[in-house]
Amino acid sequence: MDAIAPKTFDQVPDRDRTIKLAILAVGGQGGGVITSWIVDLAERNGWYAQSTSVPGVAQRTGATVYYVEMVPEGESTPVLGMMPSPGDVDVVMAAELMEAGRAIQRGFVSPDRTTLIFSTDRTMAVAEKIVPGDGIADSVPVMEAAREVAKEVHAARLELLATQSGSVISSSLFGALAGSGALPFPRETFEQTIEASGRGVKASLKAFAAGFDAVRGTAGVQEATRASEAPDIAAPAPAGPAVAGPEKMRQAWDTLLQRIEREFPAEAQMMARAGLKKVVDFQDVRYGKEYLDRLAAMLRIDEAAGGAERDHDFTVAAAKYIANAMAYDDVIRVADLKTRGSRIERVGADVRVTSEQVLQITEFMHPRLEEMCGMLPASFGRRILANEGLSKRLDRFINKGRRVRTDTIRGFLTLYAIGSLRGYRRRTLRHEMEVAHLEKWLALASETVAEDYGLGVEVLRARRLIKGYSDTHVRGESKFDRVLSAVPLLKGRDDSATWLNRLIEASLKDEKGDMLDGALKTIRTL
Amino acid sequence: MAERSFAKEVQQLRIGAGEEFRGEGILAVTKALLECGVGYVAGYQGAPISHLMDVLSDAEDILGELGVHFEQSGSEAVAGATLAASVHYPIRGAVTFKSPVGTNVASDALANLSSGGVTGGALIIIGEDYGEGASIMQERTHAFAMKSQLWLLDPRPNLESIVKAVRDGFELSEVSNTPVMLEMRIRACHVHGRFMAQDNVRPKMSLAEALENPKRDLNRIVLPPASFLHEKEKVESRWPNAVTFIKERGLNEFFGGDGKVGIVLQGGMYNGVMRALQRLGLADIRGHTDIPLYVLNVTYPLVDDQFLDFARDKDAVLVVEEGQPNHIEQAFGAMLHKAGLETKLFGKDPFPVAGEYTGPVMLDAIRGFLLENAPAVLSDSDRAPNRPQMELPDLSKTVPPRPPGFCVGCPERPIFAGMKLVQEELGEHHVAADIGCHLFSIMPPFNIGASTMGYGLGPASASAFNVKAKKRSISVMGDGGFWHNGLSTGITNAVFNKHDGVILVVDNYYSAATGGQDIPSSRANNKSRSTAHPITEAVKGVGAKWVRQIDRTYDVTKVRDTFREALTTNEKGPKVIVASSECMLNRQRREKPQMAKAISGGERVVKPKFGVDEDVCTGDHACMRLSGCPSLSVKELDDPLRDDPIAAIDQNCVGCGNCGEVADAAVLCPSFYRADVVHNPTRWDRRIAKFRQGVMSWLQKRRDARRLVFAAEGA
Repeated sequence: MDAIAPKTFDQVPDRDRTIKLAILAVGGQGGGVITSWIVDLAERNGWYAQSTSVPGVAQRTGATVYYVEMVPEGESTPVLGMMPSPGDVDVVMAAELMEAGRAIQRGFVSPDRTTLIFSTDRTMAVAEKIVPGDGIADSVPVMEAAREVAKEVHAARLELLATQSGSVISSSLFGALAGSGALPFPRETFEQTIEASGRGVKASLKAFAAGFDAVRGTAGVQEATRASEAPDIAAPAPAGPAVAGPEKMRQAWDTLLQRIEREFPAEAQMMARAGLKKVVDFQDVRYGKEYLDRLAAMLRIDEAAGGAERDHDFTVAAAKYIANAMAYDDVIRVADLKTRGSRIERVGADVRVTSEQVLQITEFMHPRLEEMCGMLPASFGRRILANEGLSKRLDRFINKGRRVRTDTIRGFLTLYAIGSLRGYRRRTLRHEMEVAHLEKWLALASETVAEDYGLGVEVLRARRLIKGYSDTHVRGESKFDRVLSAVPLLKGRDDSATWLNRLIEASLKDEKGDMLDGALKTIRTL
Repeated sequence: MAERSFAKEVQQLRIGAGEEFRGEGILAVTKALLECGVGYVAGYQGAPISHLMDVLSDAEDILGELGVHFEQSGSEAVAGATLAASVHYPIRGAVTFKSPVGTNVASDALANLSSGGVTGGALIIIGEDYGEGASIMQERTHAFAMKSQLWLLDPRPNLESIVKAVRDGFELSEVSNTPVMLEMRIRACHVHGRFMAQDNVRPKMSLAEALENPKRDLNRIVLPPASFLHEKEKVESRWPNAVTFIKERGLNEFFGGDGKVGIVLQGGMYNGVMRALQRLGLADIRGHTDIPLYVLNVTYPLVDDQFLDFARDKDAVLVVEEGQPNHIEQAFGAMLHKAGLETKLFGKDPFPVAGEYTGPVMLDAIRGFLLENAPAVLSDSDRAPNRPQMELPDLSKTVPPRPPGFCVGCPERPIFAGMKLVQEELGEHHVAADIGCHLFSIMPPFNIGASTMGYGLGPASASAFNVKAKKRSISVMGDGGFWHNGLSTGITNAVFNKHDGVILVVDNYYSAATGGQDIPSSRANNKSRSTAHPITEAVKGVGAKWVRQIDRTYDVTKVRDTFREALTTNEKGPKVIVASSECMLNRQRREKPQMAKAISGGERVVKPKFGVDEDVCTGDHACMRLSGCPSLSVKELDDPLRDDPIAAIDQNCVGCGNCGEVADAAVLCPSFYRADVVHNPTRWDRRIAKFRQGVMSWLQKRRDARRLVFAAEGA
């Protein structure tokens, strides 16, 4: 039995022991469930409990607060508060990391009395998701603030623990509450509460125990910076990824790996290996050699520009972005990726399909004339696109949504056949266009780096803006062009690299590039 | 079928005298109504009293046993007018709705009811939607009570006081022939507490008896000369009778000792005031305090001599009155002035004029008041706090805002995705929005909608834009708003005035924002209501010609094309689009248990879920700018070549289809797939799957033998 000695709360002048508990959740996380459990728990232990909440549309996926006050039964009905007050809360629970941050922000967490219990898992807010770049909020300030402001912190991946137990977060959070010892109630009574609730009891108890154990003896904070950066991700093997295939190809692959070790500076090797793998996976070993040739040329320019003193930033950036540019997203690549055995296994794992069940996969494709022509031999494709009337007529046949069932022979074969066009890819219109674009960009970078090292590196990094398919891709290219249009204006300035980097960041803030245009305007007035 | 079932909780409504009731505020109100011999109950859902309607629906059997009629009103106006049954007959009636918006809608009926007066007790239970969590304009219902002269109860927010207010309210109504409003604040509606129950009582007179023995009294009808008589009656008999009853029955309460300073408060403010006093060391948790308190459980009418007696021997009195204007404080000021008293009156200073009286506001204001008028009662540290307030770490730049939005799989999301796409083609339009979940469209990622003018008034609020222009107005309303009043104020008005705009009716089979109550167009089989009346039929019935029905809102392409047609067609008159798909929250609640049962029973069930191919996704997040689904999120890949997080779909996905449809309609990318898991597959399913897998894995092996294959990430 885990009888926990009751704490004394002498803030209240008449020494009544009132415990005030706030739960911050995102609508749909079951804040109501855990609130009713806590009331039941208190009553089960001979305490008087009062809970309040704010219902209505606020609970539709928005941030919401539940509040419970409890006091030992006494001679009359106690007069309890209806909402949490800053500086006057004993236990704060948050079902999500940023909601813990919100609790701190609202002043509910105080150093002299508050036990803060929260899940370090993230549920992203819309504002974090719609940014074209990386809009994910930084968890570090919240973790630091938690450590600084709370009397005691109990944090763990409670969402993950709940999912692993086949339950939901209210159970593991309830377990963490029990494990924290913040309430003077024995563990069995928590479990009795769950049992009395009568739904999914077994899974709930399992998640409860996981939550309990996760915070037991961990009065500190379990480190977690970003929920996605789970500690279970293994570091990439230094020797390069494991590879299978015909003997000859593997030998060629090894030769390329050795070439990286021999020819490239230590700083660039990791990125070069990742890049090499990407382009070989995209096309073939010969393509990998082309990649390294291009990279070697960049290294020479880097060395000439004094890159050795600058950690070879130029080569590292080149290793990364040339690989991304060479492994462009064409129809062949998509078809190839979608028909791989490893991919189908991954889909099955995501939906947790068992051997007793059957998995069906539908792909959502919407090719346009541009994609089709991109797949044609260069001159042929170009001619079609040049003929407006013909393009229009053809587009009507091609430009429509296609649902492809890749678990059927017909759907699979279609994509398999397209994916098998890799050997012929170098002759396609798309390849020609990509190569031209790549060379123009590298030429600009090489020319710039000779005069202004930092600016040259940023020219390479601008490649980050080109992503997506169809319209999104066009918009990305337009942003890329607009950013690079500033290069002549910036050359020669001390802060040229900072400015170009600022332009890249601005481009990633909104869809249409309004912030970018604003920043460009500023540059023109410099 | 409502979002939350109270089937278990309502069993407590049967308990009798001497038993203890435990539960939420609104359930306690229902129990109190039954104990008071109520004859009929009606209302319109809306937070914070939605659950009261749900409780009543779930309690229909119990109500039936007691001979109580329950009606789900078509609007608050209907609910208000329902109380007409208590005008001539000694039948107690109660209605409920959200306020002040519901009271706005009901005000015509309530004003008429208040003029003629009532015979049977008439109680209007209002959920005052004010402060944190409120979804409407911040106003007070108090002024309604004043202008129509009906009484306003504002009990202390604990179940005993609330239940007592119901009991007192009926009696007060009857002795003063005046309808009575019982104000429930947001948190009081959902406060969990307990009280000692009484036996339920059957109504003294049933509605059937009244119908079979009709009565009329010309003096109760609002028409001259009776209407002039009513005004006199109000001040000459009803008001004095009410004041006498309030005093004799002690409806208002006094606490504390006889200090030289006192606090007058609305009953609903009691717990907040007590908490502030507790924190100042001037009260204990059981309600003992030395500071004199005058608690107005009745905030209208005020009892002049009661207040003056309280104020007479005091140096200063603080009025705790939430919201503005400060009607009560003003009235007290006038009383003091007329009585020639010197007592200083405080209220909106030290309290802020606007805004909720939260814990810190209450603490600061009461401390300030005492500091100025009775510093001796405060402790040294409260008198002169010298410990600096701790600086909070600034997380304002870190913590993202999290306003409410569409749920996972919401059928309204694809409608606004379609609208966003059509606006990308045809330019931005003036969009008149409306009350309901669909109002979430005004926020990112959709940013659609320019105004709201009241429930069901979306199309009406575009009325002025009935002029020749290169663009048409678009207006929105939900199925709830449509039946509430939108059919007449929106559609009929547009047809009559030959409005050329586009009207979207979002039909999700329920009054969804309020918790999924049934309405006339609901598809559910409701045993006590008549449902399944199609909106399109009603629209055509009032003369609309261009009417389109979309039966699956997830078809984004169709939504977009229908909008395009509506915005460009040469046809005259309103273009009405009815977009129908079931509210996913309710659908899941209904289907999930069924599906689980079918699966465990060995039936063949296909369960869909969407996913993103992480090596195909480039991390541009274009899909999220057309979705905002909580289930479609971003994740970081452990890939040094990637700068930006990619899209990922979590396990909460219900497979609604929006992701795939949007990717198709907006020609985004081929990253999305739908994975259908066939539970309990048939023998044929298995055989064909095995055959297909055989062929595919042969082809895959063949291809893999001719190229390099890298081990999967993280393996």
